[in-house]
Amino acid sequence: MTGADTKKEVIFWGLLAGIFGLLPVVSHNDYHLIMANHIIVWGLFAVAFNMLFGITGMLSFGQALFYGIGGYGVGLMVKYLGKAWFLPGMAAGVLAAAVLAYLLGFLIIRVSGVFFTILTLAFGQLAWQVTFRWYHVTGGDDGIQGIIPPGILGNKVFYYYVCLACVLASVWYLRSLSNSPLGLILRCVRQNPARVRFLGRHVRRNQRRVYVISSVFAALAGGLMSGVDNSVHTNMFYWTTSGEVILMSVLGGIHQFFGPFIGAALIKIIEDVVGSRTEFWPLIIGLLMMTMVLAFPRGVVGEFQMLKARWQWRALERARRG
Amino acid sequence: MEPMLVLENVNKAFGGLKVTDNVSFSVMPGEISAIIGPNGAGKTTLFNEITGHLTPDSGRILFKGQEITGLHTQEIVARGMGRAFQITSIFPEETVLDNVRVACLSRLGQTRRSLRSVGNFSQATEQAFAILESLGLKDQAQRPAFELAHGDQKLLDIGVALGLEPKMLLLDEPTAGMSPDERHLTRELVKRLWKEFNLTLVFIEHDMDTVFGIAQVVRVLQQGRLLAEGTPDQIRSNPEVITAYLGEELA
Repeated sequence: MTGADTKKEVIFWGLLAGIFGLLPVVSHNDYHLIMANHIIVWGLFAVAFNMLFGITGMLSFGQALFYGIGGYGVGLMVKYLGKAWFLPGMAAGVLAAAVLAYLLGFLIIRVSGVFFTILTLAFGQLAWQVTFRWYHVTGGDDGIQGIIPPGILGNKVFYYYVCLACVLASVWYLRSLSNSPLGLILRCVRQNPARVRFLGRHVRRNQRRVYVISSVFAALAGGLMSGVDNSVHTNMFYWTTSGEVILMSVLGGIHQFFGPFIGAALIKIIEDVVGSRTEFWPLIIGLLMMTMVLAFPRGVVGEFQMLKARWQWRALERARRG
Repeated sequence: MEPMLVLENVNKAFGGLKVTDNVSFSVMPGEISAIIGPNGAGKTTLFNEITGHLTPDSGRILFKGQEITGLHTQEIVARGMGRAFQITSIFPEETVLDNVRVACLSRLGQTRRSLRSVGNFSQATEQAFAILESLGLKDQAQRPAFELAHGDQKLLDIGVALGLEPKMLLLDEPTAGMSPDERHLTRELVKRLWKEFNLTLVFIEHDMDTVFGIAQVVRVLQQGRLLAEGTPDQIRSNPEVITAYLGEELA
């Protein structure tokens, strides 16, 4: 990374921490707080998903599986063992996601492209069915209500700051990962897997690695969300949840690290603003996505970078012509 | 002296078509040699068998005295086999520097490191810059690889291979698609890299100026069979080769 990039990066982190860190100070509105909490947790989920898709080139249509496991890890522990088990439940959910992703990786990362996508979708829907039908354990369609984090975590503002710290630390780690040698290999896997083999590196092994990493952070996002909503629901496993992080990533720009985070913020804000005016808000999101994919395939962040580069180039041309 | 690479009665058929027909030869350490032959003679197939992309139907391939027949590409690469491809095989969206650096990191076993930024891996970075310097690509280090001219992309492909510090390097048509001027430069460059990096170098080539200009040994393939093997002078005057391949061009 060049010096200018480092500076831009510092500014971005400063803005991110500043805006979300100051929100509870500026606004004492509970609704705003929950909204911001949704944005940062979905942002983490989307960034984690994009490690698979934008970086490594693996389109998973089943990351909801791990998001759900994270949520139900907390939900089931709290339901059966009491609210003191909130944090251990989160740890258990993340651990379970890691183990499952590792094992599942051997099964489904033997196929590429659309076959991988279909298999991830199938396993996600399988988990949804199990959660939906296994009523006496999971509560089925009722979900699990009354998940109140224990002690001071029960304070909405405090819990928000805990989420923010977890999200910033996680996104920071994923950012470091994408700039690291492992991140470089993962990008190479997307661009030219045959050549990666000829570097003496195993393509599938690296794909399994990032699959586990992405799934762990999806589960963390699910666990954090259970405390925001004070409930979990089978929807967390449903394919539309997997689809939502895909939309967020495409909207924000899959080839920009922070694109999915911006995309998550935009989708959540649109859902909220448009959703409060019309029940047809999915139609608006649909039209928006169609416009993005057809006219601005680089995503919001990608197109913005493009505009900036073009503008700088023009300024340079003007300067040259004097 | 023990040969670097030995092929013993290697055979390969695709259906009824024999693409490698009982080929045997030895490549000595430090040798620079060419494989020539008409299109479809099985030259690239032979490279694919040596690098584990294809497994021979029968016969043995030994590299540095050890059998490598049927091993995975990754294992053969780890033993010091490098290769640049006929159709340029690079990482287009990464910078020129990172294309070579990823190979250096791979050789140093650092590709699992996930916390520090690639720029902090100084040994790999310095080595990558040194390779780019040798290839004359250092000025373009920070550009994305897809922006390079065709000829420079071919050089970069060689650079990626060199990052692995191979003992042996296989080049598949290093001058293909180049102008006569570029060809001349590439020829000199290949020769210089061969000396600079102490390589055992085997290249496939159609450009006869390159073949007879820098190869110490020339091997001629025809319809999967090794038709002749010898010094450039021997090959030039071999009647079989003249009728089969070189034709009137060199007669």
